[in-house]
Amino acid sequence: MSAHPVARTLRGFSQALARTLVSEDAAHARGLLQGIDPRVKLVGMMALVVASALSHRVDTLLELLAVGVGLAMMSRVSLWSLARRVWLVAFVFSFMIAAPAMFLTPGVVVWRWGWLAATAPGVHTAALLVLRVEAAVTLSTLLVLTTPWMWLLKALRTLWVPVEVIALLAMTHRYVVLLAETANQMFESRQSRMVGRVKGREQRHMMINTGGVLLSKTMAMGDEVYMAMLARGFRGEVRLLAEFRMKGRDWLMGAALLMLAVAAVVAGR
Amino acid sequence: MHIPDGYLSPSTCATMYAASAGFWWHALRKTRRQMMGRALPRLALMAAFCFVVMLFNLPLPGGTTGHALGVGIAAIVLGPWGGMLAVSLALTIQALFFGDGGITTLGANCFNMAIAGSLAAWGIYHLLSMGSTAMSRRRLVAAALAGYGSINVAALLAAIEFGIQPMLFHDASGAPLYAPYPLHVAIPAMMAGHLTIAGLAEALMTAGLFGYLRRNEPALLGLAKSGLAKDGLATDATPKTPRGLWGGLAVLMLLTPLGILAGGAAWGEWAPRDFADQAARAQIASASGNHAAPAAVPTGLSKLAGVWTAPLPDYAPHFVKSAAFGYFLSAIFGVGIILGVVWLAQVFTGRKGEGTETDTAEKSEERER
Repeated sequence: MSAHPVARTLRGFSQALARTLVSEDAAHARGLLQGIDPRVKLVGMMALVVASALSHRVDTLLELLAVGVGLAMMSRVSLWSLARRVWLVAFVFSFMIAAPAMFLTPGVVVWRWGWLAATAPGVHTAALLVLRVEAAVTLSTLLVLTTPWMWLLKALRTLWVPVEVIALLAMTHRYVVLLAETANQMFESRQSRMVGRVKGREQRHMMINTGGVLLSKTMAMGDEVYMAMLARGFRGEVRLLAEFRMKGRDWLMGAALLMLAVAAVVAGR
Repeated sequence: MHIPDGYLSPSTCATMYAASAGFWWHALRKTRRQMMGRALPRLALMAAFCFVVMLFNLPLPGGTTGHALGVGIAAIVLGPWGGMLAVSLALTIQALFFGDGGITTLGANCFNMAIAGSLAAWGIYHLLSMGSTAMSRRRLVAAALAGYGSINVAALLAAIEFGIQPMLFHDASGAPLYAPYPLHVAIPAMMAGHLTIAGLAEALMTAGLFGYLRRNEPALLGLAKSGLAKDGLATDATPKTPRGLWGGLAVLMLLTPLGILAGGAAWGEWAPRDFADQAARAQIASASGNHAAPAAVPTGLSKLAGVWTAPLPDYAPHFVKSAAFGYFLSAIFGVGIILGVVWLAQVFTGRKGEGTETDTAEKSEERER
C-alpha cells in the first residue's frame, strides 16, 4: 500500500496535537515566567524579539540567546525539548537559506575548499541570520510555552487588538484542535479500509474528498456553534473577563525585560 | 512562504504591519455587523479549516507532494474580506502557537498570503467565471486558477520583500544584515517552486474543494437558487439578468461621442499621414516629451498600415456627416458584434438552453471527478 502522503498527514496532525498538550503542561508549571502577568510577559518578550531583529552584531545576538536559555531554565522549560523542537528546526531551515550567502557575498576569503570560497562578510551575514532567527524563535516560543493560550489572547488587548479578533482567535484555536482530530479520524478510517497499492491520482482524489467533507462539516459546525452561542445568551457582544492584576514582581520583571531590550538595541547597533 | 523572524528588517516589518492594518481594519468594518451573528463562528471555523488544510500533504502528478494554503477556497466561500480575515487568523495561530512564521514578520506574512492572496483569488475567480453557469467547466477552471494565482502572488510579494533587504539594509562593508539575496536571485528562487509544485497543489486543492462544494453544498458558494439546487439537482443555468450591467452599457454607448472632446490622436495610434502633417507632428512631439517625430514615415509603419482597411474608419461610415452620431453608431455596431459572437459561441458549445444544461453539467462533473 502506498499511502505515504496519508501517513505523513496523520503524523502532522498527531504532532500538532501533541504539541498543543505539551505547551499547556509547560504553561502550568511553577517557574519564573509562568508567575508573571501575561501582559508584562507579552510586552517584555515582544520587546526582546524586536531587539533581536534590530541587532546587527553577532555577540549581542548570542547574549539575547543566552537570556532566552536562562529564562527557559528558570521557567522549568526542558532545554532538550527546546533544542529538538525549536533550535534544530530553526537552525536547519535558516542555515539552508543562509549558507549560499557565505560564498556569494563578495569580500576577503577566509576559507577555501576547491572552487568554494567563503568570504568574511558572507560568514558574518549567515551568522547574523541564523543567530537572529534562533534568538527570536527562542524568545517567542518561551512566551507561548509559559502562558496558557486564553491568557495570552486576553493579554493581546494590551496591544490594542480588537475584542472581536481575540474572540475569533480563541474560537479558531479551539476548533483547530477539533478539526484536526476530525480529519485524523477520517484519514484513519480511510486508511484502515485501504488494501493494496493506491495510485497517486486516487490518493489525490481521496485527500480532496476528505478536505471537501471536512469543509462541509466545518460550515455545518459553524451554524451549530452559533446556535449554541444563542442558547447560552449570546447577543452579539463579545466581552472578555479581565482578571489580571499587576503585582510588585510583575513591575520588576517588566522593567528588567524592557531594560534588557533597550540595552540589546543600543549594544547591537 | 511563512517568513520567520529575522529575515526582514524591523522597518520592513513595521511597513507591512501598517499596510496589513489598513486592510484588517476595513475587513473588520465590513464584516463587523455580520460578525455579531452567524459569521463569527463561521469565520473562526474557516480559519481553523485553513489551518488544518495547510497540514494536508497533497500527492501531485509526478510523484511529489505539496501543501496548499486554502486561501483560494476561503476567498471564494467567504469573499475577499472574510477570506483575508480567516487566513490571517490561521496564520496568527500558526505564528503564535506553532512557531510557523515569525511574530515580527506576521504583518508581512498576512499581507502576502491572506490579503494579497485573497484579493487575487477572489478577483481571478470572479473575472474568469463571470457569466458562466454554476456547473460549467469554466467555473471550475476559474477556481483552480484563483488558487494558483493567489499562491503565486503571495510568493512574488515575499520574494520582493526578501530581495529588497540587501539593497536597503547592509553594513559599511556592504554585507547584508537581513535576507542576503537580491531581487534577481530571490524572485527566481522563490517562484520556481511556487509556479510548479506549490501552485499546482493550491490549484488542485481549490478546484477539488470547489467541485465538492458545488455538487454537495452549492449554497455555500452562493450558487443555490432553489431547493433543487441545494440538492445538487439543478443549476442556475439561467443566470439572473444583470439589469445594472445592461443599463451601464446603454449609458456608456450614449456617452461615446464624448471621445470627440479629446484633442489630437491617442499616443502611439498615429497614421502615416500624421508624419507629414505639421499640426499632427507638433501634437506628437508635445505628447512625447518634446521628442520630435521622425522626418519620414517609419518603413514598417508605411508597409503595414495599408494591410487592413477598417469598414468604419475613424468611427464613422462615409455617409454619416455628424461625428457624434458616427461614434454612437459605431458603439451600437461594436456591442452588437460582441453580443453576436458570444451568442454564436454559446450555440456552438451547447451552453444555450436550460433543458440540457443539468444533464451535461452532471456528466462533465462526473468526468472531472
